[in-house]
Amino acid sequence: MQTSRTNPSLTVFVATLLAFAVLITALSEGYGTGHLSTSFIKTLGKTLCLGLAALAMDLIWGYAGILSLGHMAFFALGGYMIGMWLMYARTREIVEASLSGGGLPATPQELEQGIASQIFGVVGGSDLPFIWGFAHSFPLQMALVVLVPGVLALVFGWLAFRARVTGVYLSILTQAMTLALALYLFQNESGLRGNNGLSGLQNLPGLADVDQATLSVWFFWASAAALGLAYLLISWIVSGKFGSVIRAIRDDEARVRFLGYSVEGYKLFVFALTAVVIALAGALYYPQAGIINPAELAPTASIYLAVWVAIGGRGRLYGAVIGAAVVSLLSSWFTGGRAPSIPLGFGRLDWVDWWQVLLGLTFVLVTLFAPKGLGGLFDALTGLRSPNRRGAALGPDQGALQEREAQK
Amino acid sequence: MTALLEVSGVTVSFDGFRAINNLTFSIGPAELRAIIGPNGAGKSTFMDIVTGKTRPDSGSVLFGDLSRSLLKMTEAQIARAGIGRKFQRPTVFEDQSVAENLTLALRAARSPWRVLFWRPTAQDRGRVAELAEQVGLLDHLARKSGELSHGQKQWLEIAMLLAQEPRLLLVDEPAAGMTPAERDLTTDMLVEIAKTRAVVVVEHDMEFVRRLNCKVTVLHEGAVLAEGSLEHVTRNKDVIDVYLGRGE
Ligand SMILES: Nc1ncnc2c1ncn2[C@@H]1O[C@H](COP(=O)(O)OP(=O)(O)OP(=O)(O)O)[C@@H](O)[C@H]1O
Ligand SMILES: [Mg+2]
Repeated sequence: MQTSRTNPSLTVFVATLLAFAVLITALSEGYGTGHLSTSFIKTLGKTLCLGLAALAMDLIWGYAGILSLGHMAFFALGGYMIGMWLMYARTREIVEASLSGGGLPATPQELEQGIASQIFGVVGGSDLPFIWGFAHSFPLQMALVVLVPGVLALVFGWLAFRARVTGVYLSILTQAMTLALALYLFQNESGLRGNNGLSGLQNLPGLADVDQATLSVWFFWASAAALGLAYLLISWIVSGKFGSVIRAIRDDEARVRFLGYSVEGYKLFVFALTAVVIALAGALYYPQAGIINPAELAPTASIYLAVWVAIGGRGRLYGAVIGAAVVSLLSSWFTGGRAPSIPLGFGRLDWVDWWQVLLGLTFVLVTLFAPKGLGGLFDALTGLRSPNRRGAALGPDQGALQEREAQK
Repeated sequence: MTALLEVSGVTVSFDGFRAINNLTFSIGPAELRAIIGPNGAGKSTFMDIVTGKTRPDSGSVLFGDLSRSLLKMTEAQIARAGIGRKFQRPTVFEDQSVAENLTLALRAARSPWRVLFWRPTAQDRGRVAELAEQVGLLDHLARKSGELSHGQKQWLEIAMLLAQEPRLLLVDEPAAGMTPAERDLTTDMLVEIAKTRAVVVVEHDMEFVRRLNCKVTVLHEGAVLAEGSLEHVTRNKDVIDVYLGRGE
């Protein structure tokens, strides 16, 4: 395959992922020695999903140069769509069991009523809103995982790109989008249980007798497979002429237009594609998290995604995955209260409070001093060095200088 | 002979300043034309209008056998209709190799979906090598174009223009930053290209224009001041006053 020839990191990445998955399985409670707790397996599975989201973020930001600060909205939407089916089907099992206790099988109306009041009791409702119309069917709801974020991305992207909104303005617009969506979902009238969100998503319908220790390994494998496949897909996309076009758009979109490429069309394509990939990542993430609520769409969630990619090194796919993994794992360690506090003379440095500050500082330092992020370490290891231009473009008049730099 | 490009009565103002003033211009399907004029005469703005970058306030721009209006088309549509442009400042994609730059420009389908599945054939690779050879960049195909010298970037951009196989080429100051030998090569090349296509060259350097040996249009304050052979326009009193008289 041409992709692997031009990009040796591909084989390394997939092999590492596979070895990692086998190792974790061997240490799991469900299938191995039990050295790793089920909740830790879930954390790792979720981390792989975040890596998948970062991969898509790298495609749109690192390669196409569109700094979307709203992509975690698609992640949450994917979670909500799969969550509706999980919650409905699971509740249906419970209601069926309790109704059949009376001897007679329940009528469809009774069943429907029972499910609706079970799910919507917390928000004082007893009818299923119409958006739950497909929740009874796994294939239909799976289609919505792709369609709802995909269509939203297409409509939003079409409006924004057609109006040629770029740069900071586009970033602000995407923040507004995710905020608006979060505020909408916070309302009980949105039909998705307001700030309660959807819960109990860790229980798979029909698999009541499979314990969480086993399920967690299944989801871990599904997440690893999704990450591996997405890595192959996105490597393939960026390795060809399409990748060349979007990098050209990132660097000088006006020039790309004069070559006859519809810049808006490409941006829309990448925006929608990454939205769908991220939605699928969300659909794998939330069954492992067990719960989703509108706070997941907070504007900061999308900013985190960008920070992971920046720290990992944008414009290189493995960098994004490493950034997401390292930062999100460190983050859950520090904020989980397990990191020892550091006693200082005048008080104690509590990591739960100070982690955010440390992360912010790291982000600033990486941007200033290591723009290639963690991925840059691999360059250093393989002896690749590139000139430090302090962000300035290769000026047309310094061609000869660039030549010297490149030969160094 | 019907014209390939017909610009008539075009006017553009920027904040009340008329950069192009009732300009009329036309060029045939296989013609070489030089445009000269002092700084700020509106030469680059003229190219902006034809390529769709700037929308005129009034006037019409018609292109091709069917005389399609370019005014309602986007930049990308105009480029696909067969108009290629070389910018005043060399603009190549510096982060990409010479081969990638040429491949981007190569005449092929432009829609995202088709491009996603596009893979170069032996013929495409051959064409890229051929274009690179034509501008002396064959040994540099794998290099990042940002590493090239100023003159080499100019060449690369000219090769990209050829790769598009446009019917009309708009070339803004191609010889800037080139050595005299490179300039001569450029003129020869432009003359050769113009045997099959229309080429409009903007240039300040009189010696360069003389070597092109073609009809010359003199622009001044956004309008045509004179048109004809170089000898003809350089004898024109208005031209001498506004342009040549300043020791250009
Ligand atoms: N986008 C713009 N906004 C405002 N003024 C502009 C714009 N583009 C061009 N102008 C003005 O229009 C006039 C014509 O500019 P243009 O670039 O077409 O000149 P030119 O003939 O190409 O000059 P040069 O020989 O220096 O390249 C100039 O006075 C310029 O300042
Ligand atoms: Mg100019």
